[in-house]
Amino acid sequence: MGLKTAALKKSIWVFHVACSPCNNCDIEILDLLTPRFDVERFGIVLVGSPRHADALLITGVANTHVTPRLIETYRATAKPCVCFLFGACASHGNFFRGSYNVPRRIDEIIREEDPNAIIVYIPGCPPKPEAMIAGVVKALSVL
Amino acid sequence: MKKTILPIGPFHPLLEEPEFFTFHLDGETVIDVDVRIGYNHRGHEKLATGLTWDQVPFLVERICGICSTSHPYAYVLAVEDMLGIEPPPRGKYIRSLIGEMERIHSHLLWLGLAGHFIGYNTVWMWAWRYREEILDACELLSGNRNHYAMCRVGGARRDVSQKALDFTMKALDTNEKSTKMFLGAVADDPVIHKRLKGVGILTKEDAIAYCATGPTSRPSGVRWDIRETDPYDAYGESLEAGAWKVIVTENGDVFDKAVVRVLETLESIYLCRWLIENMPDGDFQVVPGEMHEGEGCGHHEAPRGEVFHYVRSDGSNKPIRHKVRAPTFSNLPTYKASCPGEQIADVALITAAIDPCYCCTERVGVIAGGKHSSLTQDDLVKLSVEKTMEIEKRMGVKSVLNKFK
Repeated sequence: MGLKTAALKKSIWVFHVACSPCNNCDIEILDLLTPRFDVERFGIVLVGSPRHADALLITGVANTHVTPRLIETYRATAKPCVCFLFGACASHGNFFRGSYNVPRRIDEIIREEDPNAIIVYIPGCPPKPEAMIAGVVKALSVL
Repeated sequence: MKKTILPIGPFHPLLEEPEFFTFHLDGETVIDVDVRIGYNHRGHEKLATGLTWDQVPFLVERICGICSTSHPYAYVLAVEDMLGIEPPPRGKYIRSLIGEMERIHSHLLWLGLAGHFIGYNTVWMWAWRYREEILDACELLSGNRNHYAMCRVGGARRDVSQKALDFTMKALDTNEKSTKMFLGAVADDPVIHKRLKGVGILTKEDAIAYCATGPTSRPSGVRWDIRETDPYDAYGESLEAGAWKVIVTENGDVFDKAVVRVLETLESIYLCRWLIENMPDGDFQVVPGEMHEGEGCGHHEAPRGEVFHYVRSDGSNKPIRHKVRAPTFSNLPTYKASCPGEQIADVALITAAIDPCYCCTERVGVIAGGKHSSLTQDDLVKLSVEKTMEIEKRMGVKSVLNKFK
């Protein structure tokens, strides 16, 4: 484990990238910050800029309009960073795989931009908050 | 005077969803606002024509995660309208119960976010904490916290157990106490009065002119609630029984919008309680039978306003046309009436006050030659006239439209 990865794992700051979601994963992510789940006790904080972030929380599918903005956001994030793909849409496209406005999966877009990207899939529609926390913990423990 | 332009979006910490605002400023005052959407268009209407009638509710549920019963509800009402079938009473009551539970959690969610926008993070934390009990009840009733999948053509998709109903009753009791506490907090706090009263006023004339619906129009004095104006399922009976009432206020500012939502939450709690107490026994679904040609409309009062679905069938197992009209589509342009003349610090709140839901809204986008463009009224008229003339030419009819050339 490199020094950078060790530092990354300490207390991750996250930036929320809602691509073309149905809002459901998004409200569950916000739910994680509220008293019942309260992920701030693990040092996970929602920040206002990708430049401050250690991880991107990506929800929804990437449509043609949002794809260039997603790539730009990924470029702006300090490396190394972790990309968490929340929900079935972000992981594999869900219902929208065949849609005319959804050309590519999100992991394909990110891999094309950076072949060494760290991508974590958390499936479910929407994943329960417990599953989200478990996914984040699992990903950090294998890094 | 030099004009300043302030862009916000598409990924911004204030916004849950991707959308792009351009504010034209003069000092601190907003002169004009421009909303650019299209970041959320996923092609639902086209996808729906590739799925069978019974699969479409699962797709339209994913139009929006917050009002995820409203879209399938309006869709099944449209198909039932087309087929002329009547679901059994228990199925109707279950659907209405889930619809009202959704309204409670959606309004509490909005209340929390509104508190967050004016800097009262405590309100955010508390509102979302009390919302959790409602979500627990939803999970026990339907099996999921958000996408409930309880609507089906011909009734409810699954039955609810007595144990789940008892649990829901308890959750409603605790939630009523906390909602009343919020009502007291909103009504008594002098800071909230100063911050919200007289801000972002939408007059009754503007609300009608912009076709605003739901909790955006009712604070402006427009009495329009689909549950009352065109009752369906269990809403007519509960209204006659006096279980709930429509909330209408007069001022149209952000304060009234907050008060209407809190009072509506209380009314929904009373309605849910009535529905559980009067839940009939028996079947909860009927078999829809043969599909035939035809078209149908259905509308439902979503937490944000009227949601409207239209379907057309050619007798096959798939809809050949499916049209969705979401409430935010008509509520969005009210920014043009309520934002100009306000301080930039208030605009975040005003834009949030209609409870915008962009993932519901995005139905039309034009992409030609890699460029995204929007069509004006003149362009649309021109396109329409051209198409009519082309059809006339093909059919060999003498055109009467030459004057439009």
